[in-house]
Amino acid sequence: MSKVKMPKTSVSIDMTPMVDMAFLLVTFFILTTKFRPDEPVAVSTPSSTSTATIPEKGVVTITVANDGRLFFDLDNQNSRKSLIQKMGETYGITFSVDQQNAFATGSSIGIPMGSMQNYLNLSAEDRKKVQQPGIPVDSTMNFSNELGVWLINARIAGGNPVILIKGDGQANFPAVQNVIKTLQNRKVLRFGLITSDEAMPVTASQLK
Amino acid sequence: MAELGEGGDVHSGKGKKRGGVRAKKISTRIDMTPMVDLGFLLVTFFILTTTMQKPKAMQVVMPDKADTTKKEDESKIRESEAMTLLLGGNDKIFYYFGNQDPVVESTNFKGIRKILIEKYQSVLAIQHQNGWKENGVYVLIKPTKDSKYANLVDILDEMKISQIKSFAIVDVTQEELEMIPK
Repeated sequence: MSKVKMPKTSVSIDMTPMVDMAFLLVTFFILTTKFRPDEPVAVSTPSSTSTATIPEKGVVTITVANDGRLFFDLDNQNSRKSLIQKMGETYGITFSVDQQNAFATGSSIGIPMGSMQNYLNLSAEDRKKVQQPGIPVDSTMNFSNELGVWLINARIAGGNPVILIKGDGQANFPAVQNVIKTLQNRKVLRFGLITSDEAMPVTASQLK
Repeated sequence: MAELGEGGDVHSGKGKKRGGVRAKKISTRIDMTPMVDLGFLLVTFFILTTTMQKPKAMQVVMPDKADTTKKEDESKIRESEAMTLLLGGNDKIFYYFGNQDPVVESTNFKGIRKILIEKYQSVLAIQHQNGWKENGVYVLIKPTKDSKYANLVDILDEMKISQIKSFAIVDVTQEELEMIPK
């Protein structure tokens, strides 16, 4: 029997379409991705069926960590500058331009006003390492309730921003209660609770 | 003409490249494997780092503390229309209907939905019968200090799921704390 010779087929395939697709995806992800800003504490928000989205700009986020520490954040860099100036005026502290810039480029902050200058004097690297004690809060309307003062100044500096509470699901209720009380005292009666997605259960419509 | 070894062929062929040195044909195909590797590495990186899902917000409206008109509204709630939820520790809910000599019962977040919807229906029926404003049940949410923030969000979510529109977050009283069975 004579052997049937198989024609030699080339092992190299044309990868051009694959490369096209890969780079299309790369481009897509580069354009759509938005890096999360450094946050001083990790928070896992509880889930809800709420579908309301969060506005992209003009947002004040009050973070409640699972150990009850509070962090304050205003998203606009320009507003942050005037926010720290106003906070300085309230507490009689003059912040240098460097300190103001350090604050403006930062994110959530949980430093009492007393140690704010020391914190802002640190280098950007060292600032990340600091274990932030959280913003002091109580049930009064005095300057000792620093969250209330932050809130007022942020509303002046940020042009009436939307106020959102980003609480960790395992945070004890009294910590959140203090925040809600302070908001109420400062006449912020409409605010949002940041939650993650959850599907609407079918049972609700079935039971009705 | 010794160096033009192939020159004779050219002449005898199409005769276009007369006397020219023919460049060696180089394949235009390049090995794309490293490029593909890099491309997919980047794709993987961006897929893993990107956060597609945007967080959602739950709108909460609190009453103004200084507002006295609200107080009058509250007093207008009839006993048969009211329901109080006490959020306790360990994800427990204690609830009672009405106001006088209430019987406190205990449930959890799985059981509360059925109770809420049934109460809503029965109150609606009473309201319809008596010609009252058909608002459904009025729910007072009172989280105790043992409860977690997730409990509050969950119960607000239950309000939305069972379509209860009249509810408020209120401070728990000492009497109610004592009513919670240990």
